[in-house]
Amino acid sequence: MDFQIALLLAQDGITNGAIYALLALALVLVFAVTRVIFIPQGEFVAYGALTLVMIQAGTVPATLWLLLGAGVLAAAVDARGALASGQKGRLAGVLAWNVGYPVVLAALLYLLPLATLALPLQVLLALLVVVPMGPLMYRLIYQPVAAAPVLILLIISVAVHVGMVGLGLLFFGAEGSRTPPFSEARFELGPMMVNGQTIWVIAASIVLIVALYQFFGRSIYGKALRATAMNRNGARLMGISPALAGRLTFLLAALIGALSGVLIAPITTIYYDTGFLIGLKGFVAAIVGGLASYPIAAAGAVLVGLLEAFSSFWASAYKEVIVFTLIIPVLLWRSFTSHHVEEEE
Amino acid sequence: MKPVLSVRSVLGLFLALLLVAPLVMPPFYVTLLNYIGLYALVALGLVLLTGVGGLTSFGQAAFVGLGAYTTAVLTTATDLPAWLAWAGGSPWLALGVGLVFTATVAFVLGSLTLRLSGHYLPLGTIAWGISLYFLFGTLETLGGHTGLTGIPPIAIFGFELTDGSQIFYLIWAFLLLAVFTTQNLLDSREGRAIRALKGGMVMAEAMGVDTARSRMVIFVIAALHACASGWLYAHLQRFVNPTPFGLHIGIEYLFMAVVGGAGQVWGALLGAGVITIAKQWLQDLLPRIFGQSGNFEVIFFGLMMIVILQRAREGLWPLFARLVPVKATKRTLDAAAAPLPRKPLPARGDVILEAKEVTRKFGGLVANNAMSLTVKAGEILALIGPNGAGKSTMFNQISGVDTPTSGEVLFLGRPVAGRGSRAIARMGMSRTFQHVKLLPTMSVLENVAIGAHMRGDKGVFPAAWRMDRAEEARLLNEAARQIERVGLAEHMFDAAGSLALGQQRILEIARALAADPCLLLLDEPAAGLRFKEKQALAELLRKLRGEGMGILLVEHDMDFVMGLVDRVVVMEFGQKIAEGLPEEVQQNPAVLEAYLGGVE
Repeated sequence: MDFQIALLLAQDGITNGAIYALLALALVLVFAVTRVIFIPQGEFVAYGALTLVMIQAGTVPATLWLLLGAGVLAAAVDARGALASGQKGRLAGVLAWNVGYPVVLAALLYLLPLATLALPLQVLLALLVVVPMGPLMYRLIYQPVAAAPVLILLIISVAVHVGMVGLGLLFFGAEGSRTPPFSEARFELGPMMVNGQTIWVIAASIVLIVALYQFFGRSIYGKALRATAMNRNGARLMGISPALAGRLTFLLAALIGALSGVLIAPITTIYYDTGFLIGLKGFVAAIVGGLASYPIAAAGAVLVGLLEAFSSFWASAYKEVIVFTLIIPVLLWRSFTSHHVEEEE
Repeated sequence: MKPVLSVRSVLGLFLALLLVAPLVMPPFYVTLLNYIGLYALVALGLVLLTGVGGLTSFGQAAFVGLGAYTTAVLTTATDLPAWLAWAGGSPWLALGVGLVFTATVAFVLGSLTLRLSGHYLPLGTIAWGISLYFLFGTLETLGGHTGLTGIPPIAIFGFELTDGSQIFYLIWAFLLLAVFTTQNLLDSREGRAIRALKGGMVMAEAMGVDTARSRMVIFVIAALHACASGWLYAHLQRFVNPTPFGLHIGIEYLFMAVVGGAGQVWGALLGAGVITIAKQWLQDLLPRIFGQSGNFEVIFFGLMMIVILQRAREGLWPLFARLVPVKATKRTLDAAAAPLPRKPLPARGDVILEAKEVTRKFGGLVANNAMSLTVKAGEILALIGPNGAGKSTMFNQISGVDTPTSGEVLFLGRPVAGRGSRAIARMGMSRTFQHVKLLPTMSVLENVAIGAHMRGDKGVFPAAWRMDRAEEARLLNEAARQIERVGLAEHMFDAAGSLALGQQRILEIARALAADPCLLLLDEPAAGLRFKEKQALAELLRKLRGEGMGILLVEHDMDFVMGLVDRVVVMEFGQKIAEGLPEEVQQNPAVLEAYLGGVE
């Protein structure tokens, strides 16, 4: 390996690492606020990317039907709840958000000339379809069992992952796809060529991380989520609704996932089931941070990306094995630093 | 419906059906039953791990793969290395090697993750499941993605099981044996420790149970079941490739356990049956509906899992069991069993517990500040103080549930601070909890028997094969004796969760006594008791004191305390504000101020 190749691999590793970092942040956030180990995080990556692919091909994305279906279900559940508690006034809002929104979106998707829209608009539409699935998922799947043990929530997550992969196959087919890059530009940076898309990925990741930092540090909703993560009961006593915190968290997680998908779709071929492995690498990073620390998780993500890039050069057949084996020393270290027997939640 | 059938007759009928099944059924259904048996064997391990132990693994398919590939390599390879040559060619030797190999891998994997909180194990198994799958697919010696062919059939006394209807009997014999041993295990000393893992770890440790070891035991057992299933699979199929050992299959195994009823041994069989048949049917039906081919049944399985976990977390077995009215077998005690040996108590008046300057800080909060106290054998010391004074924290420092920031705790003259509750329990200190910690679905008898855990030593293997019955009878007798002693005899076989709160507290005392302690720590034992019950409790404590036991109790009920105890230590804001005889303390101005508020 010469210096040139090393630089190329490093560039690759950092690009992927930036995506893993985003996913790791989402995973830590979801776990901290809701105790859900969010295995389907990766599915949002694939759904985001492949929805964009369908939009760019000029077809109405099949994920719209999932959104519509989930919306109708959520409306039914919420309407029943509102009627049972005699809050008829809430019905209009329930219907507008859960059913009205997907219907309006469907109309837009049918009327607009999808294939010829500007790229940012296409991306926006893809996000508008995929991201609301996050809060809907929380409402329908996790909220009814919010108090269940971590283990049950984890098994549910795996079930959701499995179901979403199956639906992904149904929606997108078995073929993989790529999208055209956001920018064709190439920069010469010292001895190496940097792709425009690489810059996009890294810049977008940094912007998103800073935005999240600001959100959690300054906004009232961000602080509410942090409070919930620190002490669920305490936050609840202070009037922070755990259901709202859950939905907001899942909104952020879905946004981070779908956006990651849109960002890497020009670099890697995305299949309906690609998201899982990508998400798992986010997990490896999150585990490095003990499912608790954001900065360590982000650093872990870059490490995972670099390890992956370099092992794909030296031992490409064992790339995945090497990356997933990374968690062994991490677990070992964590295991030696924990002492007391504690009850599982 | 009135329960009319005995367990024996239902089981007998089931066995008879199994026996004739391959003779009368078409080969397709025999094959289906073979697979159900293989899957149920893996799911059974997960029932033990997930339903009973509260842990889980998505990597069971990888363990199945270890079993299958080990036997495939050993029985087909022509050039085994010299150190392994002895194991070549024979499926039975390969089974042995596979089991040892699997146990080793599971042990290493378990050591990495089992000391951490419960969700690290499943995450670790996901990573391990994926890694091993890729490894199977890439290693040249394992045939890559095409796999290995030409695996010989299993022979029993020279008779080769070449046909599906022949290996059928072997598969189901393995499964039934596994069900039998698992049931035995769960109904034993080790089994109670395993059943305490879900929701009772702190309690179990305080009763001397090594919970890390129990977790390891069930993880290794689950892996061994999976390995045996893989071995059978390899010799049924006669070839192996990586596909059936991938992560998605590992997830399917977990679904089987959960769908069937993760807490039920027979649920594994039900779950494996339901999922296998549903998969067969859906793989036929769905591609026709959707007009394209693919594994669409997973959408259905995913949804089914979510609904089951939301609505019926016990799975389908309880629903199924209602259809077959089986009489519950009644437990009996063997009154003839010899009583357990007792540890000699320290001489009356000897100092058995000495806490010196114990300080515990939680961040900026000083919950205990330089607390000192002593307890002598044959004495009752009360630790009292207003709410939030730090009494329960002090209890946790003494009993090893927590470690003091500074200071020293001497028990029987040896420093114990930071040694962990298990080690301290072994030395003869036993406790109850302020917030009752018992296993609500287990009977009162079994709950109390956990207390006697340290007084037995029969392990997993004797338990699985019923070679522990003599010791088990002695342990249960001891538990029964303590239950009678505290006055709960009429509730002996009731579920612990069905008792009133006051009785649950008394149950905890019986459990602590079953450990044969010389020092008893009681955290608010009289809370929730009626007057008569309090009198009875006081009587019991006096009697224990009379026998030479030291007792340290935290209590709010002053009438109860003042008439009973020998000395009192009063705490406020984490500090000791008074100590002395009950009458002295009652007159102490600092104590009066703490309880009644100062005069402005």
